[in-house]
Amino acid sequence: MFYREAGDFKVSYQQDSQTFPIKFDRYRYYFVLVVAFLVIPFFINDYMANALLLPFLIYAIASIGLNILTGYAGQVSLGTGGFMAVGAYAIYKLMTAFPDVNMFILVIVAGLITAVVGVLFGLPSLRIKGFYLAVATLAAQFFLVWLFNRVPWFYNYSASGQISAPEREVFGIIVTGPNASAWATYMFSLIFLTASAIIARNLTRGAVGRSWMAIRDMDIAAEIIGVNPLKAKLTAFAVSSFFVGISGALFFALYLGAVEVGEAFGIQKSFLVLFMVIIGGLGSIFGSFAGAAFLVVLPVALKLVGVDLLGWPTDIVSHLQLVIVGALIILFLVLEPHGLAQLWRVAKEKLRLWPFPY
Amino acid sequence: MLDASGDGYITEDGRKIGGVVMEMRNITLRFGGVVAIKNISFDIREGEIRAIIGPNGAGKSSMLNVISGFYVPQEGEVWFRGEKRPPMKPYEVARQGIARTFQNIALFEGMSVLDNVMTGRLTHMKTGLMAQAIWKGKAEEEETANREVVEKIIDFLEIQHIRKTPVSRLPYGLKKRVELARALAAEPKLLLLDEPMAGMNVEEKEDMSRFILDVNDEFGTTIALIEHDMGVVMDLSDRVVVMDYGKKIGDGTPDEVRNNQEVIDAYLGVAHD
Repeated sequence: MFYREAGDFKVSYQQDSQTFPIKFDRYRYYFVLVVAFLVIPFFINDYMANALLLPFLIYAIASIGLNILTGYAGQVSLGTGGFMAVGAYAIYKLMTAFPDVNMFILVIVAGLITAVVGVLFGLPSLRIKGFYLAVATLAAQFFLVWLFNRVPWFYNYSASGQISAPEREVFGIIVTGPNASAWATYMFSLIFLTASAIIARNLTRGAVGRSWMAIRDMDIAAEIIGVNPLKAKLTAFAVSSFFVGISGALFFALYLGAVEVGEAFGIQKSFLVLFMVIIGGLGSIFGSFAGAAFLVVLPVALKLVGVDLLGWPTDIVSHLQLVIVGALIILFLVLEPHGLAQLWRVAKEKLRLWPFPY
Repeated sequence: MLDASGDGYITEDGRKIGGVVMEMRNITLRFGGVVAIKNISFDIREGEIRAIIGPNGAGKSSMLNVISGFYVPQEGEVWFRGEKRPPMKPYEVARQGIARTFQNIALFEGMSVLDNVMTGRLTHMKTGLMAQAIWKGKAEEEETANREVVEKIIDFLEIQHIRKTPVSRLPYGLKKRVELARALAAEPKLLLLDEPMAGMNVEEKEDMSRFILDVNDEFGTTIALIEHDMGVVMDLSDRVVVMDYGKKIGDGTPDEVRNNQEVIDAYLGVAHD
């Protein structure tokens, strides 16, 4: 009824290639932005920030990163946890070495450092594909975690082997350390997520994105059409690792505060982000958001329903939570292998015709 | 006989054919002990439609792969636009202005028709990663300028109605047309078509033939094609190379080739007495 293109004419190619070609979508996007930036910060509390919003924002950045590599460029990676660790240790070293530099710059530099490491571990992708590449990136995962555990320089020779984020402020507002307020960490992460999503969208709708997708869909034809496979694959690794590094930096500095590398950035983190991308939808920026939201919100929602609403014991609920989330993932992959993003697309197509079936 | 001076000739239907665009000199290609192409030389002239024909396994596709840079011949030279081409990667060949289609359609199934054709413009798109990340400004201008070229080709090949459709949903005949559009989007100096009419019915073949002739006529594109349908080849092409077991057994106008005894033997077989 209200969701349709009728009367919404495009008179230029710019208008036709915009992110939200349908008016309703565009207004919804502005609405979400307004709520996220101007409403939520005033109502946020510590529980909301730590249980829901921060992990969602940070995992969404990581999913966007992995989605670029796996969803758009078709290179399977199991090294996300390791690359997040690179981001975390990079920001730790930067924060301790340059206490006066603006945190925004430090996070971006941490992302750039991760991008370089990502390119390094992306080099095997030029010769190997599919499962074999996945195993190669798995090696990156284990190697990086081992490196940060074993080389004391990375954790500044601290006795515990842990790294913990010192207190830093941006424009006079504390964003890291135990005294940071919920809204400040939320806004800081939100700014990075918004920028990441816009950049990812811009890259994927243009020439770079097309060369990634061409490599993904048929690498021989891509090469014959003028795509340099070396360049396409390595830019995918670089851009992907950049986002993953940023999310690792935020995960450590803003969310956890103190990190033991094997625990925080182990192989389970790689799988978690991969699940988000698969459940959300490969090759879709919206899917990255949806997948991150699904895997962050679902456990919390189940806990709320089980403990607070039904009054079950906490341990039973936490076990049930694992069972239900696992079952849902399997069910989901059987029913809709293309993820939440595909469900959303189908819903939109139906909405455009509503109330008529055809 | 052709008016085969150095600078071209006039075809039967009165089109002017220019100088040599591509020249293959004594090409030999081996796979281990198998000799796929044996000492073949021929040229492709500007503006002409050149066919390569021959029975199965004659080495036609290998020849096309040599031209497009997939295979590097062990012997012989490839001359393109007056220069000897060093061995190069397929994407470098594409940047020189050679585009091709495939025998089995090689479209990007996960992308829309528009994106597929836009991918064909990649050799013309130069903005860097940073500019594209920002999008507004340089990247958007370049995108729009290239979109205009692509839209002309989409109009030309009559695929406007499926512009935004994912390629995986299209029927075979349209996919072939989209692949042609993608190759044309590169504005190639030489267009290679590997069996553009394989698996088509008569109407689709007629459509495709019309498009090939129109492309040649409208854009002046030089075309080299492999095709098995003799009727089509004889009608479309200006000159024909005939291959058999990796050797060249005939080269000339369709009429000359049709009356060439060796060609007749290759296609119909020879009686052994």
